[in-house]
Amino acid sequence: MTNVINSLYNMRLLDDLARKETSIHKLHPLVKLITTVVYLSVVVSFGRYEIGSLLPFVFYPMLIIVLAELPATPILKRILLVEPLIIGIGILNPLFDQHTVLFFGMVISRGWVTFLSIFIKCGLTVAASILLIATTGMERLAIALRMIKIPKIFVLQLLLTYRYITVLIEEIYGMTRAYSLRSPGQKGIHIRVWGSFAGQLILRTFDRAQWVYQSMSLRGFTGEYNTGDVPKVKFKDIVYLVAWSLFFIIARIFNIPMLIGLLVTGVIK
Amino acid sequence: MHMADALISPVVGGIMLAATVGVASYSIKKIQNDMDEKKIPLMGVMGAFIFAAQMINFSIPGTGSSGHLGGGMILAILLGPYAGFLTMASILLIQALFFGDGGLLAYGCNVFNLGFYTCFIAYPLIYKWVTRKGVTSKRIFGASMSSAVIGLQMGAISVVLETVLSGKTELPFGTFVLMMQPIHLAIGLVEGFVTATIVTFIWRSRPEIIEKAATLEPLGNISIKRVLTSILIAVVVIGGALSWFASSNPDGLEWSLEKTSGNAKIKTPDGIHKTLLLIQNKTAFLPKYDFRPKVGENKEELAAQAKNSGPTINGGKSVSGIVGGILTLALTAFTGFSISVFKRKKRKVNA
Repeated sequence: MTNVINSLYNMRLLDDLARKETSIHKLHPLVKLITTVVYLSVVVSFGRYEIGSLLPFVFYPMLIIVLAELPATPILKRILLVEPLIIGIGILNPLFDQHTVLFFGMVISRGWVTFLSIFIKCGLTVAASILLIATTGMERLAIALRMIKIPKIFVLQLLLTYRYITVLIEEIYGMTRAYSLRSPGQKGIHIRVWGSFAGQLILRTFDRAQWVYQSMSLRGFTGEYNTGDVPKVKFKDIVYLVAWSLFFIIARIFNIPMLIGLLVTGVIK
Repeated sequence: MHMADALISPVVGGIMLAATVGVASYSIKKIQNDMDEKKIPLMGVMGAFIFAAQMINFSIPGTGSSGHLGGGMILAILLGPYAGFLTMASILLIQALFFGDGGLLAYGCNVFNLGFYTCFIAYPLIYKWVTRKGVTSKRIFGASMSSAVIGLQMGAISVVLETVLSGKTELPFGTFVLMMQPIHLAIGLVEGFVTATIVTFIWRSRPEIIEKAATLEPLGNISIKRVLTSILIAVVVIGGALSWFASSNPDGLEWSLEKTSGNAKIKTPDGIHKTLLLIQNKTAFLPKYDFRPKVGENKEELAAQAKNSGPTINGGKSVSGIVGGILTLALTAFTGFSISVFKRKKRKVNA
């Protein structure tokens, strides 16, 4: 039951955040989409033994969170919720790769290095995706998708799915609550009603789709989804994209923490 | 079963995305030809349904645990393969964006693993074949069960292949397969049973929904050959372009192919491993950007470094590495902190 509420809360939260009007929110959605894809590609392109060179990439999500005035805690929480999956797969690395390396002055299995590398990458990539939606919102993202020629059937379908998720989650919530009140002490839905429980909702879903279609038709729906005015890509949008891309490429080529470290330790000596 | 961005290499992600785009455009074309615009709201609302239904706990008798619905098969059965595939694709995009389940780069992998095998292999070849002589509740049961199990098994092996080819984790192919397949057999059985009970229920109360979906796409209509051709073309074109870009970065396919085909698996002799690693460390993501002046001078040093035990971190440099790493993070935190202080002050002034 809690996961139902959590999902609902999470979606509404991101929806609310996307309505803010900071400098990041005002950027063109397409530019933000491309920047995110560049960021993800660069982060993912690092080999599995990289840890140090990944650190400068924390800069991007951090700066977006601050500039877009987003609350850091719910975003961090979301990342932590996804990490266990990665831990599940990555935790076996130390067993399979037993080459030893010197790491932070300790001799450890190289598997731990790869594990840590995946762990950091997971955090960075999940943060980037969530920040994209938290600063753009579904509707504006849909405009960006249309601009890169994603067919309108898909985009329309995506928006409708998104819009009705909250409605159907609320329905599921009501149904499971009613069910659990009548079956105290039982965990989940009993096998005898598996079919009818979800099936009833599907039937209602089909009816709902019918109403949705009828009301859309009454408002003049002809298979076209109108998103309002399409914003133009401005100079500052281009600057944003180029600046970040340059930073990502430089941080990909040079190991920035190592350079800083060499500089500082050199000065101290 | 969602693939995460952290587990894939750009080449694998790009190729799978290309394959997904290929199948999706084929599906859209099919839908545009033989579907009325009435089905779009149905697809949208059904997508939302699957999303919500994934949160229902179906308690598994005798185990104390509960199972969940994946939804790929149900979508194929109720909407037909094309609309089903597209609906699955939009569910996965929303999950990736809002929940971080699967990533944007791994999006192609996920749509393929969860949507393609169910809608384009299991549905036409198994479900339609079992129910070809008309629908009965027994046939629905057998068909849903077998197609869900097989669809999920194919998805699971696909996850393994994508992970191993990406080479971001140490799991050897055999071990990973032995881990994934039995787990997904159990998940598939639950998925199949849930699917079967739901489809049977709907067939009993509103048979026209099942029958309509079935008559819309008879078996002959799904041309597997054409689906595969469009995938192949997309993969060759985009995969070719990508690997050309990534050619001097042995991070993805080449690297791991070498790793698995050479039968060297984990105990690869340090030679290749480390040389490749060195190239990997020093080559840019876009190899043509040639502003790396010091590579030549550093060769000897790098070779010496390779002889040491550590791949990237070794004794001599670890102090600088640690200091630098901490300073980078501190710098990041400091920048963030100063901007937010500045912003807060500005807001106060404005207020």
